[in-house]
Amino acid sequence: MTTPPLLQVRGLRVRFGAKEVVHGVDFDIAPGEKLALVGESGSGKTLTALSLLRLAGDAEITGQALLGERDLLRLSERALRGVRGGEIAMVFQEPMTALNPLMTVGRQIAEVLEQKKALTPAQSAQAAIELLAKTGIPEPARRARSYPHQLSGGQRQRAMIAMALASEPALLLADEPTTALDVTLRGQILDLLSELQRSSGMAVLLITHDLNLVRRFADRVAVMEQGVLVEQGSVAQVFTAPRHAYTRRLIASQPRRDVPEHAPAPGAAPVLQAQGLRVAYPTALPGVRGWFGKGEFVAVQGASLQLLPGRTLGVVGESGSGKSTLAQAILGLLPCTGALQVAGQAWQQPAMRNTHANQQLRRQVQVVFQDPFSSLSPRMTVEEIVGEGLHVHERGLSAPARRARVQQALADVGLAEAQFPGLLARYPHEFSGGQRQRLAIARALITGPRLLVLDEPTSALDVTIQQQVLGLLQRLQKERGLSYLLITHDVQVIRAMAHDVLVMKDGAVVEQGSVAQVLDAPQHPYTQRLVAAAGLEISDRVQDRHAH
Amino acid sequence: MNAIVIPSPAAASLPAAPASLSPTRRAWRRFARNRLGYWSLVLFCVLVVLSLGAELISNDRPLVVRYAGQTYWPLWTDYPEKTFGGDFETATDYLDPFIRAQLSRDGNWALYTLNPYGKNTINYFAQAPNPSPPSRDNWLGTDDRGRDLLAQLLYGFRVSVLFGIALTVVGVVLGVAVGAVQGFFGGKTDLAFQRFIEIWGSMPELYLLIIFSAVLTPSIGLLLVWLCLFGWMGLSDYVRAEFLRNRQLDYVKAARALGAPSWQIIWRHILPNSLTPVVTFLPFRMSGAIVGLASLDFLGLGVPPGTPSLGELLSQGKNNIDAWWISIFTFLVLVTTLLLLTFMGDALRDALDPRKADR
Repeated sequence: MTTPPLLQVRGLRVRFGAKEVVHGVDFDIAPGEKLALVGESGSGKTLTALSLLRLAGDAEITGQALLGERDLLRLSERALRGVRGGEIAMVFQEPMTALNPLMTVGRQIAEVLEQKKALTPAQSAQAAIELLAKTGIPEPARRARSYPHQLSGGQRQRAMIAMALASEPALLLADEPTTALDVTLRGQILDLLSELQRSSGMAVLLITHDLNLVRRFADRVAVMEQGVLVEQGSVAQVFTAPRHAYTRRLIASQPRRDVPEHAPAPGAAPVLQAQGLRVAYPTALPGVRGWFGKGEFVAVQGASLQLLPGRTLGVVGESGSGKSTLAQAILGLLPCTGALQVAGQAWQQPAMRNTHANQQLRRQVQVVFQDPFSSLSPRMTVEEIVGEGLHVHERGLSAPARRARVQQALADVGLAEAQFPGLLARYPHEFSGGQRQRLAIARALITGPRLLVLDEPTSALDVTIQQQVLGLLQRLQKERGLSYLLITHDVQVIRAMAHDVLVMKDGAVVEQGSVAQVLDAPQHPYTQRLVAAAGLEISDRVQDRHAH
Repeated sequence: MNAIVIPSPAAASLPAAPASLSPTRRAWRRFARNRLGYWSLVLFCVLVVLSLGAELISNDRPLVVRYAGQTYWPLWTDYPEKTFGGDFETATDYLDPFIRAQLSRDGNWALYTLNPYGKNTINYFAQAPNPSPPSRDNWLGTDDRGRDLLAQLLYGFRVSVLFGIALTVVGVVLGVAVGAVQGFFGGKTDLAFQRFIEIWGSMPELYLLIIFSAVLTPSIGLLLVWLCLFGWMGLSDYVRAEFLRNRQLDYVKAARALGAPSWQIIWRHILPNSLTPVVTFLPFRMSGAIVGLASLDFLGLGVPPGTPSLGELLSQGKNNIDAWWISIFTFLVLVTTLLLLTFMGDALRDALDPRKADR
């Protein structure tokens, strides 16, 4: 390295009380370099970045972080304030909470300018508009007068970036800058960061768990596992020849397709069939009209779909596209109109009522939710949670028989007594995210359903865990001929799991067909954007970039 | 920051986790670790148990009497004075110097309680005018009617605490039930209850109580019913909010998807997860109830005359400002009770705070 590094981190350790979470991390960032810090949740990557600016709450930080000649970890609080938002700026994951909701966006940016560059209010207001324009926000002058809630998610993140750029920092810390955004926006924000980095020559430390982003964005990558930096090197080097076992596992943990591909028996009755399905919520009307009636928000409009036994139907779309609402209607948790048949039978409306016929149907269709932390009641034991379905549907079962069934279901999802002594009497808080998701799958399986609705089953999980859970789902499908309705925003998961795909946007189905058809030759512009954004063509792009 | 565990085949060799603790048990552990709160609970329980056995500590009758070769149990049976060589058929006054002399003559004996006065005993044989200051006969002095202050405080404490517990229990049951129904069913049910609560809550409780106590014969039971009618409202709001939050969580949706009936979802799923504010408020509600009763008694609107009560003693203290012992000792008892409850409440709040992890 010919130029001296911009930032030199040596032996950085972070501890909370007696518990050390970052165990001595060393890395350098050269001026104008794009370094990605990768790791799963809890690996200490965000903490490492926050510690550089001593923003990590009441953590004890030791080691060195040299910015030029100054050690950031030994700087006085006053001097450090000059560095924060000055030479080192930060972009956070969730722009909605990182921006002050009571100040206009322009004012917030102008404030930085006034403090860091001593501009007059009039100058800074003008400069704020220019910065917003630079980040590609349309009508920057009008947007500068908007409050954060009036902007879309992507625009908010752009405004955050504009704010970080206000002081012309030498280093930008970007903590999962795209995680809270929809897939189609992620690429745009990343491109924006790349472009700004190139034009201003600042260095960027990107913190992320998403390897696709790393490949697409970074020059060098540093991999963290449980507070230790296990490997660093150029992107090409690490991705093509990973040295550390953990890096290899991380790279190999892209979901793999392993599903029964043979066509279902002709004439098999579909497990799920819907024609012109429509789901609407009542909403309050503004003003006097609200006294007399309710408005209607149509969440799903005219969806038609069919799912055969042993197959998986993937539903993709971004947040707010109505895909979860569709799932709830299929589960009989929301009233809907149109023809909907589950296992050859329609819900008796209103579907929320537990009539005998609906109860029979509920055994056939079960659900696994996204967040394994809110989908298990924290005050029930494993036995109570998993055995719930038997309490409802097989009342006559004796306690020992019920217990045996619960144990069987747990064994089916790979949770064994040998691994967790006293498994049945444990509470959910003792399990990790992936294990909780297994519990949720066991709860769904115990009634012997034919159709499983998977509502983003792996989006809350780390990549290595995601692969394991998907593998479990694939095995169960093979063994039992289950049908899955898989709801996700992740095109890669769809590619690994689904036979057929349905793309939703704003409550309407915009495209459907077999997985090869939709993902390889998308017709609708929205699908094209989605597939492109998922970074499926990055492999050639990376080669492009490293060729010259 | 929890370390991630990667469940691979190697995970089978993970060290066996320690025995599983339910969230309730963990909260209890955190509570027990707070020394102030824990010892407050212990002391409070001891005081309550002692006051429940007040008859064995402070009574104007001896526990056992041995008179003329026969054993008597005055605590459980009334004996006429004639039994012990008196002149009248009336019930024996064991404080009478004559009876005392009779009971201590050749071979007779009597086992008195620690403090030889009951809740309504008037010491007709006092050495000083009423209210008399602390002395060997009346350790904490007497009130303006000549009743022993220690006995009054002991029985008054018992009435206060039992009243507080009853009011808290009824209030909690009602509040939780109403809040649960509102939060779970939502919509029109919620709206109807909410309007009812607003109307009910705006009633002038104290005026109604004054009018009420003029019309009906006052009694503790009646007072309890009256205060319960108004006491549940604050709590139902919290339970309602908890239910509204919890009912849309995924584990409730999963239970619905399993076809669990509503009562089962309320009882097994939502209620156990909605009790944090209820439990946190318990000690504070109880101290509120005790203060409430004391203030009503102070105003003369509370328990019927003749019932030992801390509030009534306070008002006596006000009327006899130079009888300092009445005010001071009553004040001490009341403050100690409330302090213990507050310490318990603080510890409980910390123990149930989700942001405070186990250390």
